[in-house]
Amino acid sequence: MVVEAGHFALVLALALALVQAVVPFWGAQTGDGQLMSVARPAALVIFGLVAVAFAALMYAHVVSDFSLVNVFENSHSAKPLVYKISGVWGNHEGSMILWVFILALFGALVALFGRGMPDQLRANALAAQGFLAATFILFILLTSNPFARLVPAPIEGRDLNPILQDPGLAIHPPLLYLGYVGFSIAFSFAVAALVDGRIDAAWARWVRPWVLTAWIFLTLGIAMGSYWAYYTLGWGGFWFWDPVENASLMPWLAGTALLHSATVMEKRDALKVWTIFLAILAFSLSLLGTFLVRSGVLTSVHAFASDPTRGIFILAILVLFIGGSLTLYAWRGPRLKPGGIFAPVSREGALVLNNLLLTTACLTVFVGTLYPLALEALTKDKISVGPPFYALTFGPVALVLLCALPFGPSLAWKRGELLGVAQRLSVAAAAALAIALLIVSLRRHGPILAPLGVGVAVFIILGSLIDIGGRVVKRGASLSVTWSRAIGLPRSIWGTAAAHVGLGVTVLGLAATVWGVELIVTARAGNTFDLGPYQVTIADVASREGPNYRETYAEAIVRSGGVIVAHVEPAKRFFSSRQTSTTQAGIVTLGLGQVYISLGDANADGTMAVRLYWKPLVTLIWIGAMIMAFGGALSLSDRRMRIGVARRAVTARQLPQPAE
Amino acid sequence: MTRKGRRLALIGSAVGLMALAVGLILFALKDNIVFFYAPAELAEKGVQPGTRLRIGGLVKQGTVERAPGKPISFTVTDNVKDVAVTYDGLLPDLFREGQGVVVEGVLETKDTFRADSVLAKHDETYMPREVADALKKQGLWRGGTAQNGPPTTQSQGSP
Repeated sequence: MVVEAGHFALVLALALALVQAVVPFWGAQTGDGQLMSVARPAALVIFGLVAVAFAALMYAHVVSDFSLVNVFENSHSAKPLVYKISGVWGNHEGSMILWVFILALFGALVALFGRGMPDQLRANALAAQGFLAATFILFILLTSNPFARLVPAPIEGRDLNPILQDPGLAIHPPLLYLGYVGFSIAFSFAVAALVDGRIDAAWARWVRPWVLTAWIFLTLGIAMGSYWAYYTLGWGGFWFWDPVENASLMPWLAGTALLHSATVMEKRDALKVWTIFLAILAFSLSLLGTFLVRSGVLTSVHAFASDPTRGIFILAILVLFIGGSLTLYAWRGPRLKPGGIFAPVSREGALVLNNLLLTTACLTVFVGTLYPLALEALTKDKISVGPPFYALTFGPVALVLLCALPFGPSLAWKRGELLGVAQRLSVAAAAALAIALLIVSLRRHGPILAPLGVGVAVFIILGSLIDIGGRVVKRGASLSVTWSRAIGLPRSIWGTAAAHVGLGVTVLGLAATVWGVELIVTARAGNTFDLGPYQVTIADVASREGPNYRETYAEAIVRSGGVIVAHVEPAKRFFSSRQTSTTQAGIVTLGLGQVYISLGDANADGTMAVRLYWKPLVTLIWIGAMIMAFGGALSLSDRRMRIGVARRAVTARQLPQPAE
Repeated sequence: MTRKGRRLALIGSAVGLMALAVGLILFALKDNIVFFYAPAELAEKGVQPGTRLRIGGLVKQGTVERAPGKPISFTVTDNVKDVAVTYDGLLPDLFREGQGVVVEGVLETKDTFRADSVLAKHDETYMPREVADALKKQGLWRGGTAQNGPPTTQSQGSP
């Protein structure tokens, strides 16, 4: 009964989404305020209906209603409750429901908080949003219905893929989807602006908070996914340049570019047509990611189903939205009034460079991801493109971007002074160079990448701090004056600095991977191994039962100079319902580094293959991402970002007009 | 600089940067792609030893040998030709005899291969897509279509 209610709610949501796609759009075209005002309640009710459908599916999973194909195939009565809940989106159908749920959530938020913007813009944007919702709900209902029944109902389910039975499943997909789908708002507003044929700085002010929100979640989602892969795959890697990962990196790069170009548009009324393009690009790449991951084109843990009809349907959606929006862009884009042009050496100029480099980096990832697929389709040759490709293409572009980064925030708007900025940054550059040279002299034969990476990271971190320092500290000012200047500084400036420091911290963590120690040993209980600055003893190996698995685990003791610093318990779990095993790496964080131990197979003579890693500073990779997201949140909390302020600014600007 | 000049400079630098990126990409694609072959294709194409490759097929029953202190060895087969593979490292969770596997590494002689990573990258029928395609091409595919839940694990040895 609950399940049928959920199914029915989803069908109703489809009907209403169609209304939302057509009626407000028609109203905006004819200038009919009543038709336009349909958009807001429609968006709110659609959210309610999709929430009912989502809750119904969650209920079915929680009570283990195996009469649902979806629950039968992906759940088990003995599965812990947290995985019954997160298992809702641990499968194709459920993850699409989550996608639509977040889409509807964003639509409802625009309807709630979009009061300040012009009626036509809001109506068109919500219509575009409704069109998106209708298409994806249709996709769910036609090809991936999670509410399909099974007769007769089986007694027990097939259980969730053991790799997904992890707390990461509860966090990673929702964060990532909030990021992916969050860009749909920027997309809808871009489409609305193109339909309207009008765009101004206020547009950027409305869209930027949504872009920033999506960016924060996408940053966290990617970092979380990377950490999940790191601890679950058992060999200590955190980024594999796998197409599925690239699918999330591409919208992040485009979204980061959009974030920066929207600033130029807001402040200087320039780069308007380009910003619209980036808004379309960011969401198109999110859709492409959904297609790559969900269509079964790639085999990976993310590809739940390889049903060809779904792939074709998603491909059709892709062509419809990307093709449609780009056609609209080509047709209406030239009609938009282009913005001003500016001096190359200025904040705007620096942000243009940022945009060029980010889109170029995005292009390299795009080619690396899609070239093998295209080649296979055309010539049947199967190839793979691995880390060496990205080191040669993405690497140099990223390096130039990182080196240029500290100059951006220090340059003034309109006309910057490169010499003055270089002078201010010289301290940071000198410190970075000194540290890099020190590392080279200490480790003469190490790879060059490590001192280079550390140097760049130090330059970014110090450069950002110097920029803030320059704004806050004035010579001769008392401490209290400095304090009040720091408080008075707009939060968006603090946010920018924090995000850039976060990036520097991540780069530092990446550079330090070079100094990691890796050991693959055959061990038996009692053996001790030297691992970087630590000694690891495998004290005991034993077995025990878990709720729906059986595990072999080792008790490992980590010592530093004879003193015990940690106990670690790596394990290997065997899930009988799916006849698969997973590796549970034993990880302990010591300072900023980690000792990482994972178990391999047992040999005939009672020894066991064990992998031991010492990973110095590795946690900085994810700490840096969290600092970046924090910077984004700080910027989002800036007074000027609040939508109400944007409204007041608009009315203030519109007031003088009647007097003309 | 005039307005037009500035705009041209902007467009020029953008085009220059893109051209540079495309150049880098083409250069990298020339040397850094890895081809995938099934054992029979490998014999057919006459690939030179020393080439970096991916080979996919089934792990032949009863060929996996683990001896302490020595690399793991096993045979990858497509039921037409065999390739002997050695690998120094931990095997992924989903590695099994009789099931699909993809190994990446360097061809040492005509039919021996030193792998530095083993990918048991497949769906629940334990068949990597590349391997399934290769077997279909050889006419050895025994049906069974994947429906859901393909897990991936990957493993890399020390280089």
